[in-house]
Formats: sequence, C-alpha cells, structure tokens
Amino acid sequence: MENHSLLVDSVIYLGAAVLAVPLAKRLGLGSVLGYLLAGVAIGPWGLKLVTDAQAILHFAEFGVVLLLFLIGLELNPKRLWSMRKPILGLGGSQVLLTMLLITVAGMAVGISWQTALVAGMGLSLSSTAIALQTMTEKNLLSTTAGNSGFSILLLQDIAVIPMLAVIPVLGVATVSSPTDESGWLDVVIVLMVMVAIIVVGRFLTRPLFRLIAGANSREIFTAFSLLLVIGIALIMQRIDMSMALGSFMAGVLLAESEYRHQLESDIEPFKGLLLGLFFIAVGMSVDFGLLLSKPWVIIGLTVGLIALKAGVLWLLARVFKIPVGQQAFFAFVLSQGGEFAFVLFGAATGFSAMPSELADLLIVVVAFSMLTTPLLLIVNERFIQPRFVNADKIPEDTIEPQGNPVVIAGFGRFGQIVGRLLHANKIGTTIIDHNPNQIERLRTFGFKVFYGDASRLDLLQAAGLQHAKLFVLATDDRDSGLLTVDLVREHFPNVRILARAWDLIHVYQLKDHGVQIIERETFDSALRLGESALVQLGYEKHRAHRAAQRFRAYDSELIDKLYQVHHDQSQVISISQQARDEIERLLQEDETVISRDNDSQGW
Amino acid sequence: MNESSHRVLVLMAHPSLYRSKINKAMRDAIKDTPGITLHELYQAYPDFYINVRHEQSLLLEHDFLVFQYPFYWYSVPPILKLWQDVVLENGFAYGEGGDALQGKDFMPAISTGGKAEAFSREGNNYFTMNELLYPMQAVARRCNMTYRPPRVIHGSFEQTDVTIQMHAERYRELLLEYTRQGAGIFEPKD
Ligand SMILES: Cc1cc2nc3c(=O)[nH]c(=O)nc-3n(C[C@H](O)[C@H](O)[C@H](O)COP(=O)(O)O)c2cc1C
Repeated sequence: MENHSLLVDSVIYLGAAVLAVPLAKRLGLGSVLGYLLAGVAIGPWGLKLVTDAQAILHFAEFGVVLLLFLIGLELNPKRLWSMRKPILGLGGSQVLLTMLLITVAGMAVGISWQTALVAGMGLSLSSTAIALQTMTEKNLLSTTAGNSGFSILLLQDIAVIPMLAVIPVLGVATVSSPTDESGWLDVVIVLMVMVAIIVVGRFLTRPLFRLIAGANSREIFTAFSLLLVIGIALIMQRIDMSMALGSFMAGVLLAESEYRHQLESDIEPFKGLLLGLFFIAVGMSVDFGLLLSKPWVIIGLTVGLIALKAGVLWLLARVFKIPVGQQAFFAFVLSQGGEFAFVLFGAATGFSAMPSELADLLIVVVAFSMLTTPLLLIVNERFIQPRFVNADKIPEDTIEPQGNPVVIAGFGRFGQIVGRLLHANKIGTTIIDHNPNQIERLRTFGFKVFYGDASRLDLLQAAGLQHAKLFVLATDDRDSGLLTVDLVREHFPNVRILARAWDLIHVYQLKDHGVQIIERETFDSALRLGESALVQLGYEKHRAHRAAQRFRAYDSELIDKLYQVHHDQSQVISISQQARDEIERLLQEDETVISRDNDSQGW
Repeated sequence: MNESSHRVLVLMAHPSLYRSKINKAMRDAIKDTPGITLHELYQAYPDFYINVRHEQSLLLEHDFLVFQYPFYWYSVPPILKLWQDVVLENGFAYGEGGDALQGKDFMPAISTGGKAEAFSREGNNYFTMNELLYPMQAVARRCNMTYRPPRVIHGSFEQTDVTIQMHAERYRELLLEYTRQGAGIFEPKD
C-alpha cells in the first residue's frame, strides 16, 4: 500500500514538473517559478492531488543540502578563505540589520521582544534554494552581485546555528539551568563533529573513493556519493546544525579531490529533482485559506517584508560597491524569506517562544515572498535593467551616431577573440552579453555593450542590429542561440549571421536554421595541435601545415556531404546517437585522404 | 681580417625538403657553420606569414645574401617570391632612403631538373639560364647589390650521391671563403 501511494505521488510530482517547467521556461519565467506554480496547482488549494505538503517539504530539503554540496565542490578551501571578508562583512551586516529592523517593527506593533526577536531572526534569512538556483540558472554566480549574494547565503546558513540555540532561551516554558550546561556540552560536541568531518573529508574519503572507484561500478559510486552527503547531513542535524552547512563543508573538502567531476555529475540529477520537489512543496504549502481570510494582513506583511529586506540589501549594495547595474538584481534575489524560517518558527512554537497563530501567519508570508522572487526578477530584467543600459548608452551615442557594422552576441572566450580581431582593425563593434561584470571594462575600450539576453528582440533592436552588416552569434546556450538566429533572420533579413558551433550536430542545427557561415569552436585549434603533433614526429613545418590545410578543406567538403545524410535521419534518432554515428562516418571517410605533394617527375 | 663584414645569409626555400636530394645536401653542408646564417623559409613560415621586421633586421646584419632554391617553373618557389614582395620594401631596399642593401653581395644558388644543354635555343627550355635569371639580376641591381655569378647545378635527376656531395662541398667552400675574405673572392685572380 505504501509503495503504491509513493508511486502515484511520484507520477503526480513528475507530471506536474514536466508540464509546468517547460511551460514556464517558454514564457520566460524560469524553472523556479514553474515548480512553484506546479506546486500550487497540485496542492490543497489547487487540484488537491497531494495534501501533505509538510512531509514532502521535509524530504525535499535534501535538494538544498545537495545544492550546497555541489557548490562546495566548486569552492576549494583557498577560494573560500579569500571570500571571508564579504561573508562576514556583507553577510553579517545583512543578517544583523534586517533582524534588528524586524524586531523593532514587531515590538512597535506590541509583540513581546522575545517573539519579535524570533521573527526577526527567522525572517532575516533568505531562501538559499531559490536564490542560488536562480543565480546558477542565469549564470550570474560569477558576477559581483552573485558572489556577494552567495556570501550572504553562506553566512545565513552559519547564523542558523546560534539562532536555533537561543530559541529555547527565548521561550517562556524553558528551565534555564539545564540549557546552560547542555549548551556548553553542545559547543564541544559541535566542535568535535566539525573536526571529525574535516579529518574524514581530508584524509579518509580519498582512499575510500579510490577503493570504490576501483570496483568499477557506476551505481555504487553514486550510492557512495549520496551516502556520504546524506550521512554528513544527518550527523549535522543530530547536533542541531544546518544540514546544508555540513554538506557544504564536505563539498569544500572534496573540491580538490580527483573525483570532483564524477561526484558532480552523479549528484547533479538528484539535486535537480529534489530541489524541484522542494519548490513544488513550497508552492503546495502556501495556505491560500489564510490568505482568503486575512488577505490584507498577509499581502501587507509580504510586501513589507520584501520591501524591508530589499531595502537593506540595496543599501548594502551601495556601501559594498556592487556595480550600479547589478544592485537591483542583488536586492531582489535575496528579498524573500527562506526555508530556515519554517524550521525556526517550528522550533519557536515548540518552545513557546512564538504563538502558533503568528507562526502560521509568518510561514504563509514567507512562502508567498518566495513566490514573488522570480516575478520580481522578471520585472527587474524587463524594466529596470534595460534602463541602466540606456542610461549608459547616451554619452557613447554622440561618438558613434550610426551604429556599428558588427554586433557580437556573447562575449565569452569565443566572442572575445572575434571582438579583439575586429577591434584591432578599428571596426566598430557592439556587444551583447549577459555577464554584467564584463560590461564596464569593455566600455572603456570603446565597445558598445548591452547587458542581457540576445534572444530578445527589443535588445537586438536597442543594440542597433538594424544598422549592422554582420551578426556574430557566440552565446553559450544552444537552444536560445537557435532562437536568436530565427529572430535575426525574421526581423533583420539584411544582416548576415556568423555563428560559432560546438560540434558537428550543432553545425547541422545552425544550417537547418539557415545560417551559412559557421565555425566549429574547437576545429581549428585542434587542427593546429594536430599540425604540431606532425611536426614533433619529424614532419617539416610547411608540410605539416599543408597536411592540416588539406585536411581542413576535405573536412568541410565532407561535412556538406554528411549533412545531407544526417538530414534524412535527424528526426528519428537522438542527438547523442547522431554524434556517435557521425564520428563513425568521419573516421571511415578519413581513411581516404592521402597526402600528396606536387611531383617533380618530368623535369 | 674583419669577420664582422663577411657574414653570409642563406635564404633557403624548398617546400618539401624530405624529398629533396640536392638542396638537402647543400643545406646539410652549410648547417651550423660559423659566419653562415642558414634561414629555411618554409620552416620559419609554414603558413606563409612572414615576419617582415625580423627579415629586414637579418638582412642588415649580413653582407652576402644567397637565395638557395630549386628551379620551379623557371622561377623561385612561392615563399621566396612572397619574401621579396613583403621584405624588400620601398624605403628599405629601394626608392627614397632605401639603401639598406647597398653594397651587399647577392648570389642565387639553384638546382634544376633540366640538363645544361636543355637551357639553349636547341634545348626544350629555349632560353639560357642567364636569360632566365634576368629577374634576379634586376632585383640585385635595383637594390644596389652586386650580382655574383650564380651557382647552378643542372640535371638534378642525373646526379649521383657522389656528385651531389661534391657540389654541396664546393658550395660550402665558396661560402666559407667569403666569410674569411669577403667580396675579394669574386675578383679575378692575377
Ligand atoms: C613544381 C616544380 C616545378 C619545376 N620546374 C622546373 C623548371 O622550370 N625547370 C627545371 O629545370 N626543373 C624544374 N623542376 C625540377 C626541380 O628543379 C628539381 O626537381 C629540383 O631542382 C631538384 O632539387 P632537390 O633535390 O633539392 O629537390 C620543377 C620541379 C617541380 C616540383
């Protein structure tokens, strides 16, 4: 019976996610909002397919745990240490300031200081799941705002520990003396566990991983990875510490191990699914009943909470010198209440540090505020962000009134080289990129730079594509890149498109979409390396060069030939299967190239 | 004896040395010889992107310029033509202020597939070697270099290892002699 309902539930969750997420993405809303809406839809206030949101929420919290483990994997101890200033300074100020303001506000409306303080603590925290997932999805983690946001989230995760520790003291029903003693004991235990995790993480996991990798069984490796993360999380929970923090530590400790990438690819799908489930659960747990009975209180509190948190963040953004164009994003992305609030308020009602009606109310407010974040970010992207682009554009327009002949979308490692070549030849170039960090610096070199998503028509227009001759497509997202191609071909038919392709299949896709000038990003450099290999084997340099050139010419002919074949079957088989077929065909054909030099016979 | 004014620069242009007999032997003979700078153009610029400044400064450091190449379609292999086109700039090699090569010696060292008798009115090349090298003479003249009698080895396909070796050896002797005595070696002996 148990099993049966588990399977049915899975079908409901998976079905909802599969329907809602692609839809939300299509509409430009991002996957987080998709999940949240799916949760609302299947929850007690929607189709009533699932009712026990709390149980799911609890289970799905592991998604957050895995997320932090993965993030830890990206940060080795050295990098983490170098972030200590923003973590303590920025993170500390955010938590303390927000907490203080909320506490004062609570006391002002006549709540006892203890309860107000609990509310302040709980509400000062943001949602790691939502904020991090959003920043990862938008590729913004490496920007100043992203980095700072991450620092704050990290500090919040640490701050939960003392917060949970003081809640019993704030409650009315506690006996004071035993808490004190066990408090000391707790600190010792916590320290011991931390040290144990570090020792185990540093010295024991590697040989263990080696042993398990030696068994050559993929699923056992995955099982061990999960075991490790979940085990650490549970231990942390046992000592009343944040599970997320524990798994983060484990991640950091394994960041330098040779199994990092394997771990990453193993954990990634679990994280994705659980995190999705978590968002669904949040969506489900929004109590629309309470909303209906006290709509104005809840809306007022939600708006107030977001305004207060965003206000503090915006202030900090100015003080800590986050680039002007990123400040709004920074303020919005952390403006919601977080999952820790659920935990804290739960504990607080247990210790009678907060009346349960108030806790219920605040939990709804927190859940609501989570719902608003993706929306606020859309508002930011559509209306606030473009303003900064425009504001910065004005002085440059006077220098370059006609618009540039070339527009480059995507100024990463590929677009940069194209841009530099054009720059060196004094050809005016406009750049569209979604990494705001680049922008300021590029402007000083006379590039026109636009921040945002190149698959948006308004941005292409703002970038002056209608005046351009060429459009260089070098963005790092395949699908939205193809979308961009369609847009450009439809709305700017006179602009010629030059596209960077990752691989052969991408070349075919671009050709399908009507692009004619395509370069595979690795082809020429790989050919160069092959040329060097020939030279190292004793070929004369010019001979090696000609061999490579001959190969290049032959290859581009071959691609045209194979494109026809591919076209006839691309509908039928998967991309990865296509790629495998392609390499087989290529290798077969390659055997027919023979290198020939001009003969001197006859002289 | 002033060593520093008898430096030899050999610009060698052979696109596929791995199949060469003559030019390879000639190269091996003069390789790593003090006073002789061997510069293999196809190795230095496999993709034909010639570093003009570097080439010009090499020229300035030498007194005797040798073009060593196989005769291809009565002319130089293409990189050597490109070399002339981009390195012999106006203002450097000719034209106003273009006196960088003034007074230097110049000599082609050539191998041909055709036999000596083929380079005559009766032979299948019709023109004499001297006639076919007019462009080389013209280049030397225009750049105010002294054109020295070309070193030609004809009938490359009839040559044996021994005769090729002898040719290479004499080539080396000539260049070495220049490093010791300079242009004097070309003056008629009394
Ligand atoms: C593309 C090509 C063009 C040639 N043109 C001529 C020519 O015009 N006259 C001639 O006598 N030999 C010609 N030859 C023969 C070469 O001069 C001969 O193979 C070369 O000098 C041999 O020298 P090596 O052993 O260093 O390669 C030609 C050879 C090739 C490959």
